[in-house]
Amino acid sequence: MGNPEVQHRPLTPEEEARRRKRSIAIALALGAWVLLFFVLTIVKLGPQILSRPM
Amino acid sequence: MTSLTNSIGPDVPAPALSAAGGDVPDYFALLKPRVMVLVIFTALVGMVVSQGHVQPAIGAISLLAIAIGAGASGCLNMWWDADIDAVMSRTAKRPIPAGKITSEEALGFGLFLSVASVVVLGLAANLLAAALLAFTIVFYAVVYSMWLKRATAQNIVIGGAAGALPPVIGQAVVTGSVGIESLILFAIIFIWTPPHFWALALIKADEYARAGIPMMPNVAGPASTRRQIVWYSLFLAPLGLVPVALGFGGLLYAVIGLVGGVGMIAFSIRVLRNRHGEAEKRAAMGMFGFSILYLFALFSALLAEQSFGLFRPVLG
Repeated sequence: MGNPEVQHRPLTPEEEARRRKRSIAIALALGAWVLLFFVLTIVKLGPQILSRPM
Repeated sequence: MTSLTNSIGPDVPAPALSAAGGDVPDYFALLKPRVMVLVIFTALVGMVVSQGHVQPAIGAISLLAIAIGAGASGCLNMWWDADIDAVMSRTAKRPIPAGKITSEEALGFGLFLSVASVVVLGLAANLLAAALLAFTIVFYAVVYSMWLKRATAQNIVIGGAAGALPPVIGQAVVTGSVGIESLILFAIIFIWTPPHFWALALIKADEYARAGIPMMPNVAGPASTRRQIVWYSLFLAPLGLVPVALGFGGLLYAVIGLVGGVGMIAFSIRVLRNRHGEAEKRAAMGMFGFSILYLFALFSALLAEQSFGLFRPVLG
């Protein structure tokens, strides 16, 4: 819930472009974070990842 | 003793901040990228001088975590020091005093990266490395930034421990323990830090005084600071050769350590002798620049010897 007394103004095109760039950077960082944990899991477990009890 | 808290504090409102927040490079600047490069470099040397083996992927992920942890502590430092950064020419253009990022954003960013880097290092390497990284972040952000920096002229002497720890973390990643090799590298960076920063502080004494930071030239005076720079350099030069005596520094390292050590002493004596005007400035900047070259050359020599087969034993 936002404060009803706060006046919001529309972002300028320059501000919107900046926010869009920041959103893309966050998405890329999130992807890198997932990839990092994937690589870490594979490297740590190695071939054993396929030899688990059914 | 000055107050433990900063006069304006992290609550200082950022001037004319845009509703859209900061740009991506502004967030990157919060991490002090040049310091991150130095941290990666020294941690890597700590890894290669260690008697052990680590999988390349684990080593790379660990280095990334160490670098991000260092960046996070730099971010928390900028959050806390926004008030004094604003009154110093060297730091006034940093994202918070420049009004590009709010204090709250910087705090959240720094805390998140601190926790994330420690967790990743713990999962990738081991608990000791993660604990050392956490200690480094807390020491730099809390002990140095929030306490020592504004409280004592020994700020960068004690605070230098944070900058000296990356080789120790590097060795912990590889071996799961801390050995004499990384402790010697820690000692070299630790003793190198005061003469390096005090050379800059001699020139920027007015700015530090305006910001209320008790740097050595402002507290003990320029003459005492110059003498201390010489003493530290006299101690650093032989300390820089200890890796040769312990057998993990070879002939290349010995030559660079010897020439560099003599250079450090020579530049420090130049600082001691040139006390006025343009000559004083040139001597101090010479010391500052050469000290960077010296440390970089020492660590590069170790890296080259251990990684490219250039190691030739000096003793035995």
